[in-house]
Amino acid sequence: MSSSKLTRRGLIKTSAIAAGAGLALPTYLRADGHSGFTNAPTGDTVTLGFNVPQSGPYAEEGADELRAYELAVEHLNGGGDGGMMNTFSSKALQGNGIMGKKVEYVTGDTQTKSDAARASAKSMIEKDGAVMITGGSSSGVAVAVQALCQEAGVIFMAGLTHSNDTTGKDKKANGFRHFFNSYMSGAALAPILSANYGNDRKAYHLTADYNWGYTTEEAVRTSTEALGWETVAAVKTPLTQTDFSSYIAPVLQSGADVLVLNHYGGNMVNSLTNAVQFGLRDKQVNGKNFEIIVPLYSRLMAKGAGANVKGIFGSTNWHWSLQDEGSKAFVKSFGTKYGFPPSQAAHTCYVQALLYADAVERGGSFNPCAVGEALKDFQFDGMGNGPTLYRGEDHQCFKDVLVVKGKENPESEFDLLEIVEVTPAAQVTYDASIFGGDLGECNPGA
Amino acid sequence: MFGLNKRDTGLIAIVTVLVILAPFILNPFPEGSAMAQFNAGYPDLMQRFVIFGIFAIGFNLLFGLTGYLSFGHAAFLGVGSYGAIWMLKLFSLNVIPSIIMGVIVAGIFALAVGFVSLRRSGIYFSILTLAFAQMSYALAYSVLTPITGGETGLQIKSTDSPLLSNLEPGEIGRASLFGLDMRSSFEIEMGDWLFTFNTGYYLAGIVMILAFYLAIRITRSPFGMMLRAIKSNQQRLNYTGLNARPYTLAVFVISGMYAGLAGGLMVAMDTQVGPERMFWTASGEVVLMTILGGAGTLIGPVLGAGFIKYMENIISKINKGILEQWFAFMPDGIEDLLITLVYPFVGKGWHLTLGLMFMAVVIFLPGGLVEGGQRIGRVFRRRDRKSEHAEADAAKQRNTPAE
Amino acid sequence: MDAILLQILNGLDKGSAYALIALGLTLIFGTLGVVNFAHGALFMIGAFCAVTLSRILTLSHQVVDETRKDFLGNPLQVDVPYVYDWFGEAGGSAIIDWAVPLSILFAIPIMLLIGIIMERGLIRHFYKRPHADQILVTFGLAIVLQEVIKYYYGANPIPTPAPAAFTGSFDFGAALGFDPNTIIYPYWRIIYFAFAALIIGAVFAFLQFTTYGMVVRAGMADRETVQLLGIDIDKRFTMMFGIAAAVAGLAGVMYTPINSPNYHMGMDFLVLSFVVVVVGGMGSLPGAVLAGFLLGILESFASMKEVLELLPGINQIIIYLVAIIILLTRPRGLMGRKGVMEE
Repeated sequence: MSSSKLTRRGLIKTSAIAAGAGLALPTYLRADGHSGFTNAPTGDTVTLGFNVPQSGPYAEEGADELRAYELAVEHLNGGGDGGMMNTFSSKALQGNGIMGKKVEYVTGDTQTKSDAARASAKSMIEKDGAVMITGGSSSGVAVAVQALCQEAGVIFMAGLTHSNDTTGKDKKANGFRHFFNSYMSGAALAPILSANYGNDRKAYHLTADYNWGYTTEEAVRTSTEALGWETVAAVKTPLTQTDFSSYIAPVLQSGADVLVLNHYGGNMVNSLTNAVQFGLRDKQVNGKNFEIIVPLYSRLMAKGAGANVKGIFGSTNWHWSLQDEGSKAFVKSFGTKYGFPPSQAAHTCYVQALLYADAVERGGSFNPCAVGEALKDFQFDGMGNGPTLYRGEDHQCFKDVLVVKGKENPESEFDLLEIVEVTPAAQVTYDASIFGGDLGECNPGA
Repeated sequence: MFGLNKRDTGLIAIVTVLVILAPFILNPFPEGSAMAQFNAGYPDLMQRFVIFGIFAIGFNLLFGLTGYLSFGHAAFLGVGSYGAIWMLKLFSLNVIPSIIMGVIVAGIFALAVGFVSLRRSGIYFSILTLAFAQMSYALAYSVLTPITGGETGLQIKSTDSPLLSNLEPGEIGRASLFGLDMRSSFEIEMGDWLFTFNTGYYLAGIVMILAFYLAIRITRSPFGMMLRAIKSNQQRLNYTGLNARPYTLAVFVISGMYAGLAGGLMVAMDTQVGPERMFWTASGEVVLMTILGGAGTLIGPVLGAGFIKYMENIISKINKGILEQWFAFMPDGIEDLLITLVYPFVGKGWHLTLGLMFMAVVIFLPGGLVEGGQRIGRVFRRRDRKSEHAEADAAKQRNTPAE
Repeated sequence: MDAILLQILNGLDKGSAYALIALGLTLIFGTLGVVNFAHGALFMIGAFCAVTLSRILTLSHQVVDETRKDFLGNPLQVDVPYVYDWFGEAGGSAIIDWAVPLSILFAIPIMLLIGIIMERGLIRHFYKRPHADQILVTFGLAIVLQEVIKYYYGANPIPTPAPAAFTGSFDFGAALGFDPNTIIYPYWRIIYFAFAALIIGAVFAFLQFTTYGMVVRAGMADRETVQLLGIDIDKRFTMMFGIAAAVAGLAGVMYTPINSPNYHMGMDFLVLSFVVVVVGGMGSLPGAVLAGFLLGILESFASMKEVLELLPGINQIIIYLVAIIILLTRPRGLMGRKGVMEE
């Protein structure tokens, strides 16, 4: 804390607190004649709401998201080295806040529970006058908060949420997602799996028994079955399960030679650890080496599984070892400020904050409808994932997806994953209508 | 008045005044001041105060009167919420039928659970209720996804068009009371102060006053006496030839209906339901609210509910930036020291403060927050009257917890 | 056949974990009559004893390696543990490798101490208070302990592997004449089973065959009479609390290689351990152990895909369903004593 005296002082200046700064503006849904939308910023500041898990199993990811937001606010207000603002293809951001208004923020704890997340988001909107809510580390929370923002007439920039539903059956006009989804994971993984493990494989799925698990299992199944793989069994495991031994023990008996763990977070750490403990990876089945696949990787969680991730394929939204200019700039400013590289959660949150600010500048207004219009079919580059499209039909970003593998000889505690393949965006793009749902009209509130 | 004695009339009058004036009382600090962080007078939190108040009042009817500790009460709240939101999605956007539906569904579920669980008492009863609630949670999260929405829960969508509504295609329905939007508010600015009066809050507030009144009536009725008799000695009651089961089952169902009422109101205020609402920690929370406030007292559970929700929503939002702003006037070294000392207890450390407060209350105020209030009251009374009677009374009271 | 054998094996292993956790709880809850919501936290602290010891063993000094770069492109600082300096690289890495088994020695005194301090400083003032107050104070304590661990160790799971010698699994199938690879079981889980059996046996023997244990049992049955006989039963109860904490802690230590520990693992096990104790019957040690094994085996069977195809979602609720059935057919659980926690 004392070592970053200068930065911290800078922070006070840039992020001085919004409880007061919301000033006379907790105008949630008040018919506000002159502004025409909820929480229109008056005065010379604008308040953003960073709603991240600070307690519960995803607290570590939430903390990293918050670090990224603080960095983004610093850069937006002209502090620091500017990070990705220098590499971003759009040059609308000047480093003088957003539309000349200094960016301030409030924080809240989602607890990874939809009720708590909504309570926290509502207090930001009603009490603090936040004009945009962002963050989160699970799809349940993302969908719940997105629906709230739609009703309240503010923009929601989703944090880490991987379920197809967020921009599929539960999509909303006021909600935007930069992170990738289950479908993209499946589409990106399949060719790599085919190249490494062949087309004649028998897969055994263990699936977390809730929406995200279902969509992920389906995505991986569809894309691997298209290769010619056979799905031997798909067993659903309870979210609250901690010991997966009774699910893993029968895998070898089934004649399967690949185990797909459609798990995330604590579930993933435990099921992978258990699977490796059972020695599955040392076995030969059907004359082939037994393999394990984790469709969605997170470096923070991979750390919890320790050496067990070595050699295991999965997909991820972004990784700090990418060598494009945007990623390098971001890793440099994040690493300099905090002393370790950012996680994919931090990256997506940082990018979302910048994209929002940029859309406001380009749209010329904080009005959610103007922002939505500016983000619609917006093409950009320089944010770490190559050329990216914010698709207008479902508010989903389409960009390159990383296929990664647990590194055999990590050089440091952060060096857990190595990038195997950058799957181009075209390969993971799908038709917006396949997941149903209705975007509806943008709601400016008021 | 209304069949209440003088003391109870006074109590309900105080509660009524507090509910009506909450937007003023909870916003004591001017906007923009450093202390505005502690203001709780915004619609969402005020709604939560009264809704969880109802939930805790209902829980206390069961626990405070009969001593039966249900560890699965959140299931009734959750089931009530699901009933209510389906009513909003399919039948009418008016909140009245959906709240009634919440109460009915929760009542039926409580009847079934109570019928089975009340065959046992003590810890065995607690574990039975816990088991039912955990099963409800697990199933709602997974295999019942088509009905409950699973992880992502249920919201009102643009594709929903309830039977009794005329929505434009693509319009998202809003919960209302005969056309009065639950989310509408009007605001009064007085100098630097801003007070928000929210429709939903006042609806919930009125319901809470009614629920509170009903709870007093139940407590004071012969039925309530019977329940307390069950608590003090069920065996002796059985020997007199009375079967306690119908009484306990009745109060269990009433208590479940209170939870359903809270669930229905929650949906009316904020049209969303998720299965976490039924997790055991949610059931544990209402137990904690009741004990923290003072089990068996009338107002205690409401205080306990307010206390926990305040911590959850206000303390968790204090981040380092806010601390820096508060202590900015201090010399640098002291400022850093203060921030280092305070930071672990706020923001993401809010659970730590909550845990410490639990321990402090139960150690120093064995009767819960209500006893704290009584002690303060006693101090004042003593100063006023200095009568020997009050002294003796206070001394006697103080001795009770140490027995 | 081999599928069923496998799940029985699995159930025994799972059951041993449940039984071990429930054993400590039942000492406090079923016999001292204290509703201890902090029991899960004791389990968690046991696990973090292992984490702490492996942190201590890997205490390092930094050596700059100019040939390698860190993520920002600066020269990489390589951590060299002090034990490498003292015992050489081979000896040092062997010690670090064996951190988890070594933690048993480290955890016993710490957990005993924590248990005794907890009883003396807090719990003893709550023996006569209502159960509700016990819940509130122990829940508060559990949150505080959990948050302290979170503050120092973060929220992420921390990998704590077993010694390399115990990686891999034993092929029961081949040993019993089935096809190879059909019934395999990891060495560490077999060790966990044996360890649990040892601890459970030791606690039983202590209570059953030592004078000290007999007096404690007498005190559990009738505290006042024992006191009237001039025995300082309070002191023995303090000791029992310490032992219960140590049992919970050891369960936690040995569990770390199975699941990476995190700060809320105690809460995850808390509800389950209460269910096991109550299903076993209040006040009965054998009941708790039996219930642990029973629920473990049934849970294993419920997770078989053949069963799930028949009854989707049964794996979500099996434990609670069995608990309800047992409590309805046997009023005091499997082996409960009359009158314990029945009001």
